[in-house]
Amino acid sequence: MGDAGMTEEKNIIILGIETSCDETAVAVVKNGREILSNIVSSQMESHKRFGGVVPEIASRHHVEQITTILEEAMEEANVSFDELDGIAVTEGPGLVGALLIGVNAAKAVAFTQNKPLIGVHHIAGHIYANHIVEELTFPLLTLVVSGGHTELVYMEEHGVFHVIGETRDDAVGEAYDKVARTLGLPYPGGPHIDRLSQEGEPTIPLPRAWLEPNSFDFSFSGLKSAVINTLHNAKQRGEEIPVENIAASFQDSVIDVLVTKTLKAAEEKKVDRILLAGGVAANKGLREQLSTKCEEAGIKLTIPPMSLCTDNAAMIASAGTIFYELGYRSNDQLNGQPGLELPKIKP
Amino acid sequence: MNVLAIDTTSYVLGVAILKDGMVAGEYITHLKKNHSVRLMPAIRGLMEEVDITPNQLDRIVVSEGPGSYTGVRIGVTTAKAMAWSLKIPLVGVSSLEVLAQNGKHFSGVISPFIDARRGQVYTGLYESRQGIVTCVEQDQILLHRDWLNHLKKQEKSILFLSIDIGIHVKEIKDILGEQAVIPPMTEQFPRPGELARLGMEKEVTGEVHSFSPNYIRLAEAEAKWQENQKQKETNK
Ligand SMILES: [Zn+2]
Repeated sequence: MGDAGMTEEKNIIILGIETSCDETAVAVVKNGREILSNIVSSQMESHKRFGGVVPEIASRHHVEQITTILEEAMEEANVSFDELDGIAVTEGPGLVGALLIGVNAAKAVAFTQNKPLIGVHHIAGHIYANHIVEELTFPLLTLVVSGGHTELVYMEEHGVFHVIGETRDDAVGEAYDKVARTLGLPYPGGPHIDRLSQEGEPTIPLPRAWLEPNSFDFSFSGLKSAVINTLHNAKQRGEEIPVENIAASFQDSVIDVLVTKTLKAAEEKKVDRILLAGGVAANKGLREQLSTKCEEAGIKLTIPPMSLCTDNAAMIASAGTIFYELGYRSNDQLNGQPGLELPKIKP
Repeated sequence: MNVLAIDTTSYVLGVAILKDGMVAGEYITHLKKNHSVRLMPAIRGLMEEVDITPNQLDRIVVSEGPGSYTGVRIGVTTAKAMAWSLKIPLVGVSSLEVLAQNGKHFSGVISPFIDARRGQVYTGLYESRQGIVTCVEQDQILLHRDWLNHLKKQEKSILFLSIDIGIHVKEIKDILGEQAVIPPMTEQFPRPGELARLGMEKEVTGEVHSFSPNYIRLAEAEAKWQENQKQKETNK
């Protein structure tokens, strides 16, 4: 790419579709890295009053929105169907009813326009959000943290993903939401805890689940229980712990485990590049800690901007472009797969 | 007019193609298999068979519900995305209206229905005059028992059409006796060819973008939330 002698090299333009949770998103990306459009229609407001995403309501919104968002993305990118090389879509994991909207829309457009179809794993998308920021170099390690995921993914090359650690119970974002609910904070709770913890001190000793010495897995359910117990005991003693301090203590414990395990994995796998991915990458405390520790260890860290951390379709189009180049294709029978595992695209 | 019709509102998967307004092909299966996996291969297969390409289509017709929420959405999403990308109109037809066509030559009234669990059905009342079926009581959801007692007052023969007829036949006969007419199993399937014809004859009303399924019912969480709000209001 960028070689002056290779001016005849054709651009690859991929349309990406993402509907795995409560965002209806469509994007057009050129050569896997240049965003031509990135439209995200969030349903956050409709789900707020329920205290979380309601799958049936999410699915209803997606089907209403899908062609509007498709058209916006195509118009903003100013490309015609003829110019598209393929259609990439999130096939899983996620809410099955929500995934089905993106998958069936993608199949329909791929059929009418006679374009290749590329099913993309949602987490592969989150990882490739970093490719848009700065071209990926290998080997690398990605810390994926979101409402549904907490994973350490090791990669030696494009399209081959090794999950070396994952959560055994709650995802990080889930733990944040549950603790926020206990503290009476509105949904989604993550940003509130992050904000409060900047104002408080980690005065309460909360547990850190290190698990077995060589494990890169995570566990956050014990931590959530510890917060609830601490609050309960304090109440019985008639004490009041400032909510800022609870938030800071909780966040401190979460980040300590995430950052320590990530750096340990980086050392063991001898990588000099770490990526942060997923919605929780917006967490200020996590960004700061991870940046400091990576700098100390001489490891290059990439963190996408907010718009690429939360669910979006540019990341799906980016991963889809790489898969397309590797020769990977899906067929008409592509389905939404709520429990899909990270693939090995390369044979 | 070349029309593609899609029905995935129940376990019956139906696809039909009209070429110059004539039925060129119909595909029907009645299987407990995944519509999301099978719909697009069915469309592609039938279009290849009748030798028509996507850009030769003039209109997409979809069974818009009521029925299985997920099933309805698979059909509607596919239909919307096809119509949008081909820049052709999309027309929706009630799944019950399609089924009612099977009673086109029945003198009396027609009650097509879809089981909606917990004793409930989606149903409406239809009537045929000289082969033209019209809706006389709009599609709704209610306890089948209540509906049957309501129909009893009709003092007419009533034709019952449903792929779920098996689980309701006893109740129908208990309440309506001789008044109920139940045709054989082969006449209980919605025909995609009828869906295509109805959709072809209908006027195009809305835009593709704003097209949405007709679920009849609110999402459960939404209904509960609205109920809570009402209670809060009365407790004030
Ligand atoms: Zn995500």
